[in-house]
Amino acid sequence: MLGLSITNVSKVWNPDGPDPVPAVTNLTLDVKPGEFVVLLGPSGCGKSSLLYIVAGLEEATSGTVTFDGLPVKEPSPERSLIFQEAALFPWLSVRDNVGFGLSIKGGQPGARTEKVDKLLRMVGLGGAGDKRPDELSGGMRQRAALARALAMDPKVLLMDEPFAALDIQTRARMQDHLLAIWQASGASVLLVTHSIDEALALADRIVVFTARPGQIKAEITIDTPRPRDLRGPEMIDLARRCEALLAEEVTKAFQEQELL
Amino acid sequence: MSDNSLPASASLRRKSPGVARWLPLAKSIGWASLSIGLFVAFWEFAWWRGWANPLLLPPPHIFLANLTEQFRFFDPNGERIGALSTGGSFLSVLGVIGWSSLRVFLGLLIGFVASVIVGVAIRYFGIFGKLTLPLITMLAPISPVAWLPVAIFVFGIGNPPAIFLVFISIFFVMVLATLAQIDAVPRHYIQLARVMGASKRQIFLRVILPAILPGLFVTLRMNLFGAWMVVLIAEAVGVGSGLGQVTMMARNTFNASLVFFTMTLIGLTGFLFDQALRLIQRKVLWWIQPSNIGAL
Repeated sequence: MLGLSITNVSKVWNPDGPDPVPAVTNLTLDVKPGEFVVLLGPSGCGKSSLLYIVAGLEEATSGTVTFDGLPVKEPSPERSLIFQEAALFPWLSVRDNVGFGLSIKGGQPGARTEKVDKLLRMVGLGGAGDKRPDELSGGMRQRAALARALAMDPKVLLMDEPFAALDIQTRARMQDHLLAIWQASGASVLLVTHSIDEALALADRIVVFTARPGQIKAEITIDTPRPRDLRGPEMIDLARRCEALLAEEVTKAFQEQELL
Repeated sequence: MSDNSLPASASLRRKSPGVARWLPLAKSIGWASLSIGLFVAFWEFAWWRGWANPLLLPPPHIFLANLTEQFRFFDPNGERIGALSTGGSFLSVLGVIGWSSLRVFLGLLIGFVASVIVGVAIRYFGIFGKLTLPLITMLAPISPVAWLPVAIFVFGIGNPPAIFLVFISIFFVMVLATLAQIDAVPRHYIQLARVMGASKRQIFLRVILPAILPGLFVTLRMNLFGAWMVVLIAEAVGVGSGLGQVTMMARNTFNASLVFFTMTLIGLTGFLFDQALRLIQRKVLWWIQPSNIGAL
């Protein structure tokens, strides 16, 4: 089966210690090729843990993850990862950062430079290739990180609150950018956020998480074509629904924390 | 594209960045001269008023007066314990400075490379770490001066004990600094490299090493002056040449002028070493901002 299949996955942090923390419990989720799925939930609900498991950086305590029919055991360039902070290497120029994965893979340096420059133009950083990462703004850095992920020709982009550190205006621009790139690349996206507006603007399908341990509380499919009018009646209705679903979980999360 | 299309205005503005670059340098040279000049002036004033005995605290115009006389005490010919030299030229002074500098340089180089290798091995090979880390932590606080007898027992006199002492003075500190630096490498760097298909070896060479080098270099620079102190002690006691030997001889012969002249040379050489390390830091570790370097 093509795409990403998460079946009955549970993750417990520190399982043998005195204080095991269940992050995700018995979670099943499929992401079709080319689909844009947003994981929405209160902070600390295990969304990020799930993303790390799908990336192959962490092992599930139980359950299976398969990608295009093959079990996920280790990280792979076809499942690219983007963090909240760009995490560009400060000792490389922007161009070398974007080309890092390609240089790991080897191959013709000429073809590599060509591809990197094309990607830089695609994310709107055509003139910034020779700059140092610390010379870029937050939004530019995150676009470079996006280009670095795309350089590996990923089949799925795993994004962990990628725009949470940006200001609201930059954030909206980046969302438009991401949609354009996603549509052009044909990759699927699994994006974690706690912003309802972000989920509504981006997702084919919103998966709402419960408070920890994370489980799926609801799935909302959005067929409305993009760009979407978040102030329109349809989106406002959906936003209210998401808010109501989230509010219960946030309350639960707060109660749990106070009990601890 | 739009960034590159302003050649006219760029060339118009080219002049001012040049001035902007030299002005701070000129200013800092000015302040440095003033700082040293005031100190010298105060010293000379104290001599003039008769507060400073010229036999014990000869001011600069005295200890810098008869340079050729001072030069006689500098014997660059390596490893023999002796007093007056066959030399006596400016070149022989440079030779003595060269010997001391060489010992510091070799000690620092060997110490830096060895400590990074050991530090990395401790983090990469669990058993090696468990076997060595307790020992290293225990040896680290022992003053290099306490190692002096050991150095002479093992290496005799000559260059090796001096180099060994410089090595000892930075090795343990740098191993612990390497561990701290490795532990501080952002997890995301390593995770990203893994996702992009990097092997363990590639992760080490292309992510961990460049990530830890700047911090290690700062530690090296902070230990530079310590290395200079140690090498002078070693030379005074166990090696027949170098600035430390000249200082010790000046003490034994009650030659205060020579003491202060040698101290001036030591200060200048240490300063030049620090400047050289700064330059290396700026050229090789270019991704660290110059302003950050200046702060340390």
